[in-house]
Amino acid sequence: MNKILLLLVMVVRRDLLLAMRRRADVLTTLIFFVMVVSLFPLGVGPETDMLRRMAPGVLWVSALLASMLSLGRLFSADHLDGTLEQMLLAPQSLSVLVLGKMIAHWVVSGLPLVLMTPVLGLQFDMSLKAVGVLMLSLLLGTPILSMVGAIGAALTLGLRGGGVLLSLLVLPLCIPVLIFGTGAVGAATSGLDFSSHLSLLGALLVLAAAFTPWVAAQALRISME
Amino acid sequence: MAINWFKYSAPTMFYPLAGKLIPWFAVSSAILFAVGMYLGFVVAPADATQGEFYRIIYIHVPASILSMFLYLVMAAYAALGLIFNTRLSSMMASALAPTGALFAFIALWTGALWGKPMWGTWWVWDARLTSELILLFLYLGFISLHASIDDPRRADRAAALLAIVGSVNVPIIYFSVKWWNTLHQGSTIKFSGTSMQITMQHAMFTMLAACWLYAVAVVLSRVRSIILERERHAKWVAELPEVAL
Repeated sequence: MNKILLLLVMVVRRDLLLAMRRRADVLTTLIFFVMVVSLFPLGVGPETDMLRRMAPGVLWVSALLASMLSLGRLFSADHLDGTLEQMLLAPQSLSVLVLGKMIAHWVVSGLPLVLMTPVLGLQFDMSLKAVGVLMLSLLLGTPILSMVGAIGAALTLGLRGGGVLLSLLVLPLCIPVLIFGTGAVGAATSGLDFSSHLSLLGALLVLAAAFTPWVAAQALRISME
Repeated sequence: MAINWFKYSAPTMFYPLAGKLIPWFAVSSAILFAVGMYLGFVVAPADATQGEFYRIIYIHVPASILSMFLYLVMAAYAALGLIFNTRLSSMMASALAPTGALFAFIALWTGALWGKPMWGTWWVWDARLTSELILLFLYLGFISLHASIDDPRRADRAAALLAIVGSVNVPIIYFSVKWWNTLHQGSTIKFSGTSMQITMQHAMFTMLAACWLYAVAVVLSRVRSIILERERHAKWVAELPEVAL
């Protein structure tokens, strides 16, 4: 058990270290997120009432798109320099390795979006409570995007036009996360109980954490054989 | 007498069998379409609240039932191909996808045509419409993943995994969308009796059977083409009368 945990920690550390060496990649995701969110008021008009109502959906959809953007890099660098083949050949469980990569991907491309949310929420004139619930829902939901996305990234590894294809495969699967994530904020702003939405998001997160590493590992084996 | 069903899991044996079966399915589908249309458009009475408009259900409901059913069949074949490594199952899965996508599209299209007179709008973001649309996206994802991988074996296995993940996700998507918004009328045909007039029911089931037979015929003829394409270097293909010429 300890060995598995150690392996997990080492994979996460390695991927984070690699990401820190190429900080531009991390920043592009965050900048993309901020930019897409800022485009919406320009597109639909500056009325604060409407913006306040739209904010959860806008931020969630932008987070969804931003995480798609970085998914292509999840396995491709390791694939290109041959590290991925060594990982597949390694005696350690591939599922644990994949889980480590998912966690690292979330820390690099999901967590910054959650931390950026309060600033963007203020731009959209959201109440403090709504911002809090939105952050909580993103905190629970963005790891699911990284996990489900990893399956798509593994399946489209090394394909022509993999990026667009990846979004086509993964976005429909992420719809429940989007619905419960924005639903929680909607319930909070209209004074209803939002805990059920968050519970469902938590349930999805547990389900995803239990199954997606294994599925993504199988997908990697299919793509690499 | 024991029949060896596994005999037909080889493309070599299945190809002629499918060729023999197609005319039967095609002809009975055509007959049932004719009967179902006659029952639906001529015999069945107009609906009490919806007038003549409701008659589009005779194509709308079978199409949407089949679009969902075919996804499950496709995922089952894909899983068989992935687990037992049977080539024919994977070929069946990729032959089913376009027909399933077509039915999903027909269901959405006829739904829009029906929605305009009944709800006064072509499209509403209702739970069933939205999940049907997502189903269409899932089909398109399967087809485009399969199409963008050059090696057919890898394509089969990757698309199979996607289909399985998708079929696990379908109930989650369905319920999430359902809780999100519901306007669509509930099911008329329930296991505990129905609120539908008997002729309407007959017409509906005839049309459903017709669509199902059509799907079988089309999928079998598509799988024959896939077999020919994949096995084009095999000797038995070169010896076929329709190929040798």
